[in-house]
Amino acid sequence: MANLQATTESKPVRALLIGLALIVLSLFLFLPLLAVFAEALRRGWEVFFASLTEDAARSAIKLTLLTAGIAVPLNTLFGLSAAWLVTKYRFKGRAFLISLIDLPFAVSPVIAGLVWIMIFGAKGWLPPSRMTELLAPLAALAAQAASNESIGGLFEGAAAWLADPKIVFAVPGIIIATVFVTFPFVARELIPLMESQGSDQEEAAVTLGAGGWRIFWRVTLPNIKWGLLYGVLLCNARAMGEFGAVSVVSGHIRGQTNTLPLHIEVLYNEYQFSAAFACATLLALLALLTLGLKSVVEQLSGPPQN
Amino acid sequence: MNPALITVLLATSILALTACKKTALPSAERQAAVSLLNVSYDPTREFYVDINEAFKKQWQAKHGGSIEIKQSHGGSGKQARSVIDGLEADVVTLALAGDIDVLHKEAGLLEKDWQSQLAYHSAPYTSTIVFGVRRGNPKGIKDWGDLVHPGVQVITPNPKTSGGARWNYLAAWAWAENFFSKDEAKVLEYMKNLFKNVPVLDTGARGSTSTFAQRKIGDVFLSWENEAYLIEKEFPGQTQVIYPSLSILAEPPVAVVAKNAKKHGTTALAQVYLQFLYTDEAQLLAGKHFYRPRNPQIAEKFLVQLPAIPMVTIDADFGSWGQAQKTHFDDGGTFDQIYSAK
Repeated sequence: MANLQATTESKPVRALLIGLALIVLSLFLFLPLLAVFAEALRRGWEVFFASLTEDAARSAIKLTLLTAGIAVPLNTLFGLSAAWLVTKYRFKGRAFLISLIDLPFAVSPVIAGLVWIMIFGAKGWLPPSRMTELLAPLAALAAQAASNESIGGLFEGAAAWLADPKIVFAVPGIIIATVFVTFPFVARELIPLMESQGSDQEEAAVTLGAGGWRIFWRVTLPNIKWGLLYGVLLCNARAMGEFGAVSVVSGHIRGQTNTLPLHIEVLYNEYQFSAAFACATLLALLALLTLGLKSVVEQLSGPPQN
Repeated sequence: MNPALITVLLATSILALTACKKTALPSAERQAAVSLLNVSYDPTREFYVDINEAFKKQWQAKHGGSIEIKQSHGGSGKQARSVIDGLEADVVTLALAGDIDVLHKEAGLLEKDWQSQLAYHSAPYTSTIVFGVRRGNPKGIKDWGDLVHPGVQVITPNPKTSGGARWNYLAAWAWAENFFSKDEAKVLEYMKNLFKNVPVLDTGARGSTSTFAQRKIGDVFLSWENEAYLIEKEFPGQTQVIYPSLSILAEPPVAVVAKNAKKHGTTALAQVYLQFLYTDEAQLLAGKHFYRPRNPQIAEKFLVQLPAIPMVTIDADFGSWGQAQKTHFDDGGTFDQIYSAK
């Protein structure tokens, strides 16, 4: 036999299975995607571009990019250190810590938003009035720095915020909620990977006299780089697409605290379907880009590991 | 390989930080220009876009300088909750007085007598509850009594969360009380049958509108008058408006959230903004968006579209919002009785 076959199913059965998979795929994945683009372009390119460039849309896009731009690097750092800690060391409460990392996955996004209202809301544990008191010394410092002629410009934003530290129903709350929701992505991707690789290589490096940083850069990081990149991609996709938690803490102020997903909901509720779907194409394109990058990452990471 | 990765990571963080700084600076500048936050309920979105435009023009012509008015919309009860939790509204323009009362009761954000600070109980425009039906009215729905017929599906949001739904409920109640000559057992029976015909309770008026107009569920849609006309405009040829024999005068009130406005230094601007709603220009805009203008001369211009029909009022027929809320919508009220007994 020149052709070894792994499966024993007859041709019709195979055709049926493949056909079924294709039908389900196109119904549940391809059709909705097509609908998004079709609806977005129904009133032509002019409406499409106009709805992406009007003020509220631009502010939503900016806010979404800002949120992801802060949440993703933060969670990359966190994920790296958490995975490092959990896989290279044995300590009491390690199993508990691993489950705790998963908490944001287990909790409903609505709750993930509400907890921040409970903490930073006007009736919460740390209401803005209390925050103002707590941050007063810092605010004074920042105000002083801001009044400095040469470097003042750098501190203006910080001083303004510290004087009136708003968290929920403002941009910081949106960022905090997003960080919370996207917490586990990088760590979850790295932990199994680093677990399976063990610490042999690091131990060898230690015997050869390498220090901690050197081991990390030269041994650990090269081993996990693709897993890390994959985790970052997933984290970014979720950070830009998060709706539930952000919706709770946003306050829905147009042109100020609406992220792209929230802006899409507003447009849809205003019967501006074409505009809503035009903005949705941005998120859809982002998803496609993530998928594309992901398969590139998989291809690149495939051969060396085998 | 790894230096490249590190560079990417660092570059992203630095980019994020600079982006942060960049947005932080203009927002600080923006705060220097006067800005007002209007927290409103669901169906007023389009109306306040026009109002804000007109107000800004007038303000700039008079005072120069630029002002900015931000809007936030959602279910009336939910919006009130957000303001209590710290959404720093300068003015609220909600669906009913009860939702502004809680701002005083729960958080002391404004004075108890807020409603007496502007004309007409602080409600610069009114509305009422009407029926939206499918084009040609295939189920022949003419009045509240037709809603309890078997096989008629009624769409209304949840009175626990939606202001509009509470007006719907009270309008139905008022009709039944009148029809059954105040026989409470019969009124409750009617309300129970009415809600038996409700297949979904959305949380807000906009959600219900979408259920009826877009998802095409239900035969009759209990709705704000303006919302019913809005779907006629957005979905031409599919629905029509029916006026029942009796409805309720809905007074969506407006108020300056004194504590927040004081903090932002916007008290004067907020007051002028709300007074603007009573000017001829704003009253005309209200009519254009199918709200009933308070100014009698302007209301007359819209009589063809928004006809005079018999209406009960909250104060005369239900005592006050506080009382209506307690009797009907608080835990254990008539709504709980008729809905849990379903």
